[in-house]
Amino acid sequence: MPLDKERLKRVPMRELSVEERIKTFNEVPLGYTEEEAIKEASRCLQCVKPFCVGGCPVGINIPAFIKAISKGEFEEALKIIRKANIIPAITGRVCPQEDQCEGRCVMHKIGDPINIGALERFIGDWALKHKSELFKVPEIPKKNKQVAVIGSGPAGIAAAADLAKMGYDVTMFEALHEPGGVLMYGIPEFRLPKRIVRSELEYLRKLGVEIKTNVLIGRTITLDELLKEFDAIFIGTGAGLPRFLGVPGENLNGIYSANEFLIRINLMRAFEFPEKSDTPIKVFGTVAVIGGGNVAMDAARSALRMGAEEVKIIYRRTEKEMPARAEEIRRAKEEGIQFKLLTQPIEFIGENGYVKKIKCIKMKLGEPDESGRRRPIPIPGSEFEEKADIVVLAVGQRPNTTVTFGTNNLKLTKWGTIWVNPETLETSIKGVFAGGDIVTGAATVISAMGAGRKAAKSINAFLSKQ
Amino acid sequence: MPFRILKKKILAPNIKKIIVKAPLIARKAKAGQFVILRVDEHGERIPLTLVDWNEKEGTITLIFQEVGVSTLKLGLLEEGDEIHDILGPVGNPGEYVRDQTICVVAGGVGIGAAYPRTKQLKELGNYIVSIIGARSAELLILEEEMKKYSDEIYITTDDGSKGRKGFVTEVLKELLEKGRKFDQVLSIGPPIMMKVTCDVTKPFGVKTIVSLNSMMVCGMGMCGACRVTVGGETKFTCVHGPEFDGHLVDFNELMMRLRMYKEEEQIALEKFKKNILVKSHASG
Ligand SMILES: Cc1cc2nc3c(=O)[nH]c(=O)nc-3n(C[C@H](O)[C@H](O)[C@H](O)COP(=O)(O)OP(=O)(O)OC[C@H]3O[C@@H](n4cnc5c(N)ncnc54)[C@H](O)[C@@H]3O)c2cc1C
Ligand code: SF4
Repeated sequence: MPLDKERLKRVPMRELSVEERIKTFNEVPLGYTEEEAIKEASRCLQCVKPFCVGGCPVGINIPAFIKAISKGEFEEALKIIRKANIIPAITGRVCPQEDQCEGRCVMHKIGDPINIGALERFIGDWALKHKSELFKVPEIPKKNKQVAVIGSGPAGIAAAADLAKMGYDVTMFEALHEPGGVLMYGIPEFRLPKRIVRSELEYLRKLGVEIKTNVLIGRTITLDELLKEFDAIFIGTGAGLPRFLGVPGENLNGIYSANEFLIRINLMRAFEFPEKSDTPIKVFGTVAVIGGGNVAMDAARSALRMGAEEVKIIYRRTEKEMPARAEEIRRAKEEGIQFKLLTQPIEFIGENGYVKKIKCIKMKLGEPDESGRRRPIPIPGSEFEEKADIVVLAVGQRPNTTVTFGTNNLKLTKWGTIWVNPETLETSIKGVFAGGDIVTGAATVISAMGAGRKAAKSINAFLSKQ
Repeated sequence: MPFRILKKKILAPNIKKIIVKAPLIARKAKAGQFVILRVDEHGERIPLTLVDWNEKEGTITLIFQEVGVSTLKLGLLEEGDEIHDILGPVGNPGEYVRDQTICVVAGGVGIGAAYPRTKQLKELGNYIVSIIGARSAELLILEEEMKKYSDEIYITTDDGSKGRKGFVTEVLKELLEKGRKFDQVLSIGPPIMMKVTCDVTKPFGVKTIVSLNSMMVCGMGMCGACRVTVGGETKFTCVHGPEFDGHLVDFNELMMRLRMYKEEEQIALEKFKKNILVKSHASG
């Protein structure tokens, strides 16, 4: 393909129209057809020094899989991706590609970067469609060693899959009634259909991994007890504890943590209340979502679909500093979500116990802080009120350390994350490894998955020495 | 691991006791802890206090009052039926104390939750004065069990059909006014009863522990549905409680939060009752 004008432009991905979107939880981007995928893949320059690979936290051989797609060799493309990434249907959808692979693509300089995420998703979906042949489980010689995996998010899934393929007997413990971690309870259906997460988990079961739900390590069984029964342990318990603002009125009715809001919708299916779900949720009138990350966008867009008349996002910096993915910000705006920027809530005001208004203060940006983002500073005397019938707080998450209850030797950092040796991901307890959000603090699906795989390698090395 | 109901007993109108197979929970349960339970695949996650447990048999005992769809559904399950999910034990065990004089104030279905703590505190060598009450004689549960582990027991009913007519808190107030000394009061029951207990004990400076029955979803600190203000700070009932110093709890907030889904609960209840009627018509 010559470097003509057409080659500089991405093959657009079809999306649900805004009208269709906001009434249902159906997925918004519809994915490439085979023709579209081949066309997009043919735009790739096949660089000798591919920068994209350096942007991928798990180092997928991106030019190679794209080349395979351009030749219509989808199974080959799958094999290449799967060497580094076992959940392409998921990462293709949720990776912040603009900061990773696509952000480094040289095509940026002259036109649109290659739509790597969409191509990866295409292969992931293609594999799911043809799964009967492709997901055949290889005969694995058993090692007769037991490994426990705590937490069933992307870190746990990746560790369990690799360990099972190496021949270990893997038991996965999940506290909630359904496995999948944030993929299941946090990220909404319209961004990541749950059938995809379920089929990845089904594959895990086929590999022989036993998934035990309703087991809270630290309470139902302690880590010390697990150590007696298992030869090694992986902890991937995530950063699932919500932060609050600590301002007056925060416990009024109608104010949710984003976690509670999303758990009620995604895990408990409150959108089917009362017909097929007994879990209620309150969404009506004006919904204000506080925060500027992916979680805030997910909550805001979910609120719209649950029937809110008006949804606004309140964020204390400007759009430029928002940690949410550009694509999600764009979609939120298209759907009519309003952005109230440089604004910080300082009090929630209620009536008969239910929130009605938010007292806010205007902010301006000062010097950059430790995160490199410019620090917001309140402007004295600029207080004003915003109407809100429902408020969702998406102001960050903390590590979930219930797993440490009843054990004394697990070293934590000053941030409450689990301390690990960065080379091996081994914790302060011999034979116990950890990775994902519980180690890094809230991060990404792909980095959690990468950590799970790295830990699996270390666990194999550790157990092979014994 | 199916959570099968092995025994079911009706304790009072709308109050049922079930014994469920749950060996992992039975192994770890401590007085004061609870479970999060989901009746079926459409069920919500609800907290229920662990009333009793038997490690050898691998069973736990739960007592519940049928008030909403979830508890009504649970009440419809029979011996041999399975509960979809039970997570536990969760929450902190109650504080161990020895050689104290403790007054246990419990009301309604809350007596079920007070019982394991009473038993434990008695076994630890404390002197137990129990004041238990219900709306009427037929609604009073676990009377014999509470008697067994109490050194003194007082019974009240709102309508006077058993024991003394009136509220448990009136008896407590009289005892305190007569100069009875308690090292602590443990109050478990409807929020309003716990609030009044705290109002009664406060002027006497008696340490008062309450066990809160907040609304919950996850039960493990992930959602914050159960948050409550204690001593001016937000706490999660599931991870920091369920027992708190009652004199620091903002009961008005707790009661307000418990009313949050009143309308929705009504809608669900009506729908549930209609479905039950339809089913019984169809089968009858
Ligand atoms: C709403 C939302 C949207 C997001 N969007 C994106 C996105 O678009 N792209 C992206 O890359 N990342 C996104 N993220 C971040 C990403 O989901 C996380 O970084 C990733 O899921 C972390 O994986 P993990 O395996 O470490 O933990 P988690 O996915 O959090 O899984 C941990 C699991 O462990 C369980 N658990 C915890 N404690 C125990 C215990 N003691 N015993 C047993 N089980 C336990 C939990 O119930 C949970 O299921 C988003 C996060 C949220 C909340
Ligand atoms: S895993 Fe994520 S970062 Fe890596 S190539 Fe795929 S989309 Fe890009």
